Amino acid sequence: MKNWPLWEVFIRSKSGLHHKHVGSLHAADAEMAIENARDVYTRRNEGVSIWVVESKHITASDPDDSDPLFEPAKDKVYRHPTFYDLPDEVKYM
Amino acid sequence: MTELNFEKHFQDKVDAEIKIEPKDWMPDAYRKTLIRQISQHAHSEVVGMLPEGNWISRAPSLRRKLILLAKIQDEAGHGLYLYSAAETLGISREELVEQLLSGKAKYSSIFNYPTLTWADIGAIGWLVDGAAIMNQVMLTRASYGPYARAMVRICKEESFHQRQGYEIMLTLAKGSAAQQHMAQDALNRWWWPSLMMFGPKDDDSAHSQQSMKWKIKRKSNDELRQQFVDVTVQQAEVLGLAIPDPDLKWNEERGHYDFGEINWDEFWNVVKGNGPCNKQRLDARIKAHEDGAWVREAAMAYAEKKEQRKLMESAKAEAA
Repeated sequence: MKNWPLWEVFIRSKSGLHHKHVGSLHAADAEMAIENARDVYTRRNEGVSIWVVESKHITASDPDDSDPLFEPAKDKVYRHPTFYDLPDEVKYM
Repeated sequence: MTELNFEKHFQDKVDAEIKIEPKDWMPDAYRKTLIRQISQHAHSEVVGMLPEGNWISRAPSLRRKLILLAKIQDEAGHGLYLYSAAETLGISREELVEQLLSGKAKYSSIFNYPTLTWADIGAIGWLVDGAAIMNQVMLTRASYGPYARAMVRICKEESFHQRQGYEIMLTLAKGSAAQQHMAQDALNRWWWPSLMMFGPKDDDSAHSQQSMKWKIKRKSNDELRQQFVDVTVQQAEVLGLAIPDPDLKWNEERGHYDFGEINWDEFWNVVKGNGPCNKQRLDARIKAHEDGAWVREAAMAYAEKKEQRKLMESAKAEAA
């Protein structure tokens, strides 16, 4: 028999916030994945909305390549506000 | 990088408290240890539902019944979080279940003891979940990310389990003579098996030292056991119940309670499968798995049929 596929579960804890990955579970189809996610991950009002996506559809970056992948951001301190010196008199900026 | 360099890089990360995630390089033995430990933990949650399930239909009030149902449902949830964490290490759910049902994988021996009276449900929540919490709080800081995250979730839910158990004990301890006797009897039977839950003594624990180095564990079996005894003694005093250990005594010098020697023969005997309920528990799991087979198959067949139908309809729509 074919086994139930694996799904990743994302929950929005309250309206206005992002959906956040909370874990995974097995289900025969998307509808069942939502129902199971409700029972497994929101038994104590942890969510107002659920996303499920079959795990095989997720493409992840390779941890072995994370150095070169994230390298470009490392030497660009000028992207942060703290890079800039302002005179003390300047408030509210 | 050579294998040796990989190992060093890995250990450096662990030492620097950087979590290890599923796709990161890890030593084979680390992976194997985690699969063994996490799956054993998952199986314990699942088998742990059985002794308590025995009392759902016999709970003394609707309130108690609702609470017990919710607790048992949590245990199922905890099993699922942990199976998922184990699966991130490259083992499938089917293999994990198969290892439990074939007896290859172990689960916590505590669940091989029977729940003879309602007070046992109180004692399990108070002592068994209490002991589990000691261990699980430590594991929220485990070096493997998915395991640690599952533990955070579990710990948040576990505290209700212990309190509901303690409340049952409180009610009985303040009740009639017969109820008090029942509470004391449950404590007598569950105390020692609860201490055994922390596993063999440090000197006899095969995996402990390596697990500490890898920061899977951060406290030794004996440390956790001592911590449990130290906090539980006072809780028993509040209940007015006596812990069944004549050697239990506050040691001023150590700042801890001394306690008597655990019956390790009993411990190993239950681990080896000769506890009062080992066979019954495993048989129940096997039966549930076999009885549920048609449901799993039917759900899959239904999902496939729906998918087929959707494909056909979209093909038709395109053709039109």
